Amino acid sequence: MRIELNVNGAVHEIEVEPRTTLLDCLRDRLDLKGAHAGCEHGVCGACTVLFDGAAVRSCLMFAAQAAGSAITTIEGVTPGPGELSPIQDAFCETHGLQCGYCTPAMIMAAHALLAGNPAPTREEIVEAISGNICRCTGYAQIVEAIALAAERMRGVNRPRSLTE
Amino acid sequence: MSATGHHRYVSSDRRVREDRRFVAGKGNFVADVELPNMKHVAVVTCPHAAARIKSIDKSAALAMPGVHYVVDGAELAAATLPLMTGLDTPNVPRRPLALDVARYSGEWVAAVVADSRAQAEDAAEAIEIDYEALPFVLDAEQALEHGSPLVHEAHGSNVLLDKTFVWGEVEKDFAAAPRKLSLRVKWGRSSTVPIETFGVVASWDPWRDMLDVHASIQMPRYADQIGIALKIPATSVRVHHDVDVGGSYGVKRGIKHTVLCGYLSRRLGFPVRLIEDRLENMRGGDAHGPERLFDVEVAFDDQGIVRSMKMRALENVGAYAGRSPFQLGKPIGAIVGPYKIASVEYRAIAVVTNKTTQDAVRGFGQGPTNLALERTMDEVANVLGLDPLEVRKRNLIRHDEFPYLIPSGTTYDSGNYETVIAKVLADTGYDDLKAERDRLRAAGKLAGIGMAACLEPSGGNATFEALLNPAITTSTFMDSCRINIDGMGAITATMHTTSSGQGHETLLGTVIGEVLQVDPDMVRVTRPDSLNSLPSGTPVGSRMAIMLGGAAFHAANKLKAKLTAIGAHDLGIPLERAVYQDGSVSDRDAPQNKRAWADLVQIAFRNYHRMPPGFEPGLAVEHVYQVPTGGTLPTPDGRVQMYPCFSFEFHLLLLSIDPDLGRPEIVRYRLGHDCGTQINPKIVRGMTMGGIAHGIGAALYEEFAYNDDGQLIAQSFMDYLLPSSHEVPAVDIVDHETPSPHTVLGQKGSGESGYLGAPAAIANAVNDAIRGLGISINTLPIKVSTLGDLIAAAQEAAKVKKGN
Repeated sequence: MRIELNVNGAVHEIEVEPRTTLLDCLRDRLDLKGAHAGCEHGVCGACTVLFDGAAVRSCLMFAAQAAGSAITTIEGVTPGPGELSPIQDAFCETHGLQCGYCTPAMIMAAHALLAGNPAPTREEIVEAISGNICRCTGYAQIVEAIALAAERMRGVNRPRSLTE
Repeated sequence: MSATGHHRYVSSDRRVREDRRFVAGKGNFVADVELPNMKHVAVVTCPHAAARIKSIDKSAALAMPGVHYVVDGAELAAATLPLMTGLDTPNVPRRPLALDVARYSGEWVAAVVADSRAQAEDAAEAIEIDYEALPFVLDAEQALEHGSPLVHEAHGSNVLLDKTFVWGEVEKDFAAAPRKLSLRVKWGRSSTVPIETFGVVASWDPWRDMLDVHASIQMPRYADQIGIALKIPATSVRVHHDVDVGGSYGVKRGIKHTVLCGYLSRRLGFPVRLIEDRLENMRGGDAHGPERLFDVEVAFDDQGIVRSMKMRALENVGAYAGRSPFQLGKPIGAIVGPYKIASVEYRAIAVVTNKTTQDAVRGFGQGPTNLALERTMDEVANVLGLDPLEVRKRNLIRHDEFPYLIPSGTTYDSGNYETVIAKVLADTGYDDLKAERDRLRAAGKLAGIGMAACLEPSGGNATFEALLNPAITTSTFMDSCRINIDGMGAITATMHTTSSGQGHETLLGTVIGEVLQVDPDMVRVTRPDSLNSLPSGTPVGSRMAIMLGGAAFHAANKLKAKLTAIGAHDLGIPLERAVYQDGSVSDRDAPQNKRAWADLVQIAFRNYHRMPPGFEPGLAVEHVYQVPTGGTLPTPDGRVQMYPCFSFEFHLLLLSIDPDLGRPEIVRYRLGHDCGTQINPKIVRGMTMGGIAHGIGAALYEEFAYNDDGQLIAQSFMDYLLPSSHEVPAVDIVDHETPSPHTVLGQKGSGESGYLGAPAAIANAVNDAIRGLGISINTLPIKVSTLGDLIAAAQEAAKVKKGN
């Protein structure tokens, strides 16, 4: 079947089998390799992308179901070649990752959280990433990365008198 | 040789250079590798715990769209050799696809190649296999019994290994001791289960006689093993080390996957890829971890001083040998933990059963052994009515007793256990923790304090192989680094294996930057393929900081010496007057006379007439580093120097259990950690926390459970529970630094100790919490359901007793 997908602000017309998952479509058809397959049954969260701004598992939905919505992947939140977003940079600052396999999805979950909650508590961060399994880090440096990113993003564009 | 004092880059809080590509989703994982005309593999698995394969009908599958080929065990066995195993058990052959008999549910029987993975999966379902179900055995103790079904009939028994070691006067010490205690402890079958499954892409080029392999691999001698099994020289195997591995922690050893795909690519003439799905990974991926039953007996006195220990470890290795039997061997190098136990008897038994084959898992068997030892220390305290902390303190090796020789022949390098423990207690205060426990108890919770000391043997040395199989005479486990400064003065260093999150590129940059006194970010690090590589033991045994770090340190020092000699010669001064600083060489007596980096490079690359006589032109060096303290084989009575370095951790936690649900919650977790010099503190902390998270999983949640029919019932992440951010508490980590005298910077290993200590500490906390009910639990994982039932039964019994 032929579908139209809006991914990272660009519209693609793609011919897919109806059974093709959004994850496979992103990786195999659009060459967006940042979303990863971990369990392919909706538990580990390594395939997380944004669906109209909400963090969803791209392994659990068909590509055809995403037609008409705005899909954002890790490639879509990376500002430019070699440039990092504040969240990506914060993950580097705290070393909130090791092998890097769950990382893009973890960052997408963080984007979804911080878009609606610029000052999350530790508990809110823990809750927001609780659907994303990381086997390397034990989560401590991930939680710190998201808290650091939130703090830095809150400071952006604020009058000096308020930040001091 | 050890450096002391101030470091410029080592131990500083620098970023990890690998992180940039990963946060942008630009890692190079095996599933990201796409070769032209690449086809996809799906496997057909045996649905029985044991079965004879009577016939395989491929015709329907071959007629399906996109399908190119179906291979079965008979075809593959005719073309390849069985996979290498470490033990001399020729009648227990292990092959990628079962030949005649399948020995566990999920074992691979055939494989389909198709244009897409989906088509291959569809066709796999259409292959008709006629099986004759056979008797099977799942339990290790039953497998030992006379008359048990034999997993490998030709082997004549289910025992792969049964070896007893006696170190010291065990019987005499037992006879002399006033008290004895015995305990049965079981470590359940779990694994590290990385989020990336194993994957491989194999591509044969018949015009170059070359098999290109991209794989998410973490394994020593991978290229050798591929070559041997496929009957081609290892020089016809090119493993690409620049593949990023999405987590491994020991288990990514897909040799059978690789041999299968390598064969298919040679047979079919196009690249072939097999990426496990989660079910293939958990069932037939041969990546389960230890399942070990311990019977421990200790002899001790009224003060709680443990004099001697007898330990019997029975390992259920699954259907084939894998690396698993050797996981009974590594713990010998730290068999008494951090304690002064004078004599030990250790019996190691490995049996085959009709379960999934195991492979190496974080700690290589040390975690289960530490659980048995630390549970025992708690029980010694319990029977004497002493505090478990006090009993541990009385038995600890003291700082002034290092280097310390343990009964099994290994000398511990260094340690300051009492100080680490004191630091852990300093802030929380042990009494405060007990008071908090008692408050929880008063509020109706079951609350307990758990502690565990643990040693992390590090530096990876394969001597346990020679100890368990005298036919093996390996006494080295080397690693290597090559450094080249190019004609423009830029530095490139190489490493010769893959990484799975350990930050090895950062390690090399930091160590070389430190030695050459240049910004680590100026050091480019590359990973040549296996044909362009020097020897590497790969990231096993907590060895890379020590071994790759050691190789880089020595290679950089060779370069520094060459640069210094070039400078001295060009300055016309004796070598001893030349001072190397920040990349320049100057005259100690006239510092204004100096040769800058660019001058030295100019001489080495273009002005050979200015080089010291007899020097090679250019600035290229390499170093192959031998394991510190290695180079000896076990003595005839089974003593051996196993690993060079021993990190120490002390875990202390408070755990609360809801008495109605049986649900445990870790309320406080504090950890003392001493891995010597930390080359990168961010990496060390991450490894430690990650290890604790794994340990929490092994202690409370994760189990590859089987039903009575021999079916693995934990086949997805809905049945096999991985700790999420909710299950891993905040942990206060207190660092201490006792440098190793054996390593170039005082560093020790840090990849494992979180995992080695957490399960024991949690088990001790649970037992402290439920001891008041007159019950105990010594089997991991301690699942909510088990704990809830146990508590309910004890409470019920108490009520009945009260009623009477």
